Amino acid sequence: MDWYPLLNSLRIAAVSTVLIFFLGILAAYYVAKLPRLVKGVLDVVLTLPLVLPPTVVGYFLLRIMGPQRPLGAWFLEQFDLRLTMAWYSAIFASAVVAFPLMYRTARGAFESFDQNLAYAAQTLGRSNTWIFWRVRMPYCRQGIIAGTVLAFARALGEYGATAMVAGYTPGRTATISTTVYQLWRTGDDEGAMRWVLVNLAISAVVLLAVNMLERKDRRQRRPTASGEVAP
Amino acid sequence: MSLVVDIRKQLGAFRLDVSFEAESGAITGLLGASGCGKSVTLRCIAGVERPDEGRIVLDGRTLFDAERHIDLPPQKRRVGYLFQNYALFPNMTVEQNIAVGVADRRARRETVERLVEAFRLEGQERKYPRQLSGGQQQRTALARILASAPQALLLDEPFSALDSYLRWQVELELADRLAAFPGPTVFVTHAREEIYRLCSRACVLDQGRSAPMQSVKELFGAPATLSACLLSGCKNISRIRRLEGGRVEALDWGAVLETGRAVPEDCTHVGIRAHYILPRPDPAVNAVPCRVERVVEDVFSTVVMLSTPGGREGLSLLRLELGKADWAALGGPQELTLGLPPKDLMLLRS
Repeated sequence: MDWYPLLNSLRIAAVSTVLIFFLGILAAYYVAKLPRLVKGVLDVVLTLPLVLPPTVVGYFLLRIMGPQRPLGAWFLEQFDLRLTMAWYSAIFASAVVAFPLMYRTARGAFESFDQNLAYAAQTLGRSNTWIFWRVRMPYCRQGIIAGTVLAFARALGEYGATAMVAGYTPGRTATISTTVYQLWRTGDDEGAMRWVLVNLAISAVVLLAVNMLERKDRRQRRPTASGEVAP
Repeated sequence: MSLVVDIRKQLGAFRLDVSFEAESGAITGLLGASGCGKSVTLRCIAGVERPDEGRIVLDGRTLFDAERHIDLPPQKRRVGYLFQNYALFPNMTVEQNIAVGVADRRARRETVERLVEAFRLEGQERKYPRQLSGGQQQRTALARILASAPQALLLDEPFSALDSYLRWQVELELADRLAAFPGPTVFVTHAREEIYRLCSRACVLDQGRSAPMQSVKELFGAPATLSACLLSGCKNISRIRRLEGGRVEALDWGAVLETGRAVPEDCTHVGIRAHYILPRPDPAVNAVPCRVERVVEDVFSTVVMLSTPGGREGLSLLRLELGKADWAALGGPQELTLGLPPKDLMLLRS
């Protein structure tokens, strides 16, 4: 069995999750501070990929990144880099599609943040950067972990936009989801089943990991009878 | 050495217009109902909210001045803020919380140890805020504030998060700690008893506007305005019409009252505290014949609600408060004549 689709899917999901993690948190943090009208508009734009069919996202990406299109042509000319039909093309696709999951969960977490904690830290002389990393992020940890995992799972399972932007080339752009479709389409039911099982296994492991993290988190924070806290 | 606050801020339809001075080494109270702008005022002083106009000066150091475009960030103001819910960082232990206040890295451990001991938090150092009692949480928050060496303290309803049986103890302790603080302390609350017990001077904040600062004795003994009188806990208030010779007609009670003094022209109301009213007075000065409407047994006293000759149905009842035995001695009458001693009448402006 050729394991390339697994490797490719994992690296695409991993890279896009890292991108989404920072972009989603930044967007959630700054959008919340904007005036109401701008916030409303930006919120719609940033959440759209969640409700649009992935093929529509793929279409937009091709309009921007295709070799004849402004961005695609510029990259091709400057760096001799083709933005579409390469393995990394799928990163753009899954990042855009999974971004709203991170953005919205992070924003929900930030909105539930007790602003007095930030005020308290400010009056105690702490910088806003310190407050962000040492107070706000730990406070919102649950939501941020949940958003990251959801985004990772979604990026791993991305099909529609990926198929349009990266296509299906065995050994080059094939991911688990495009492989399952390709094998089923060509009548290789057994091969499709194998990849379905691989996908199921990964998803189960991811969800299990989340549950374990959460339980560990709860155990650490729970007071014990003696009043001591587990390390 | 003091904190001078003179600020204005528009918040939608609400206008904040506060000006007062808080002396060093004393506790200055701001008394007001909820939504009167107490917390916004404190947030403006701390620098986490920005007034539209005015200035804030602490010990000659300008923290904010709209005209001169001075607006120090909260980090540079050196103003300690004790929040209503204490705002302890839930992801940090007691000692980590206190350490946040210490700017000097080298002095951190020593300062934390000293404060843990001073605030009787030994044994709690490694606990998280939610594992502490309300009193311990407040001590931790105060220790954290003092670790940052503030030049002024702001206390926002510091007892409202505590169970009532804890409050007394915590209040006594806080009073002791605050007495040792050399800078000005501003204390805001809606509870008049707290102001009376803790503060030397106080002013009433009513719908965003601050009344002039008064000594607490003055504020409670002879409130000058209707809102101050209501906030000080007075339940019996009537509109008045001024008459000749120091007399007023209490419109809501349907009685003419001797005040025993000249009635200023701008007086609009008269008030009397429930426990100053005399049942069956002798001699009958300012006697008001009333009908008993309701008798409420309180924990240690009896509260009698009485309708007056001028009272509309169910409205403007007079409230008489007396010891249980005293009420029993009156023999549960249907009608009762009340005396309103002239010296206990408070003349009020709107």
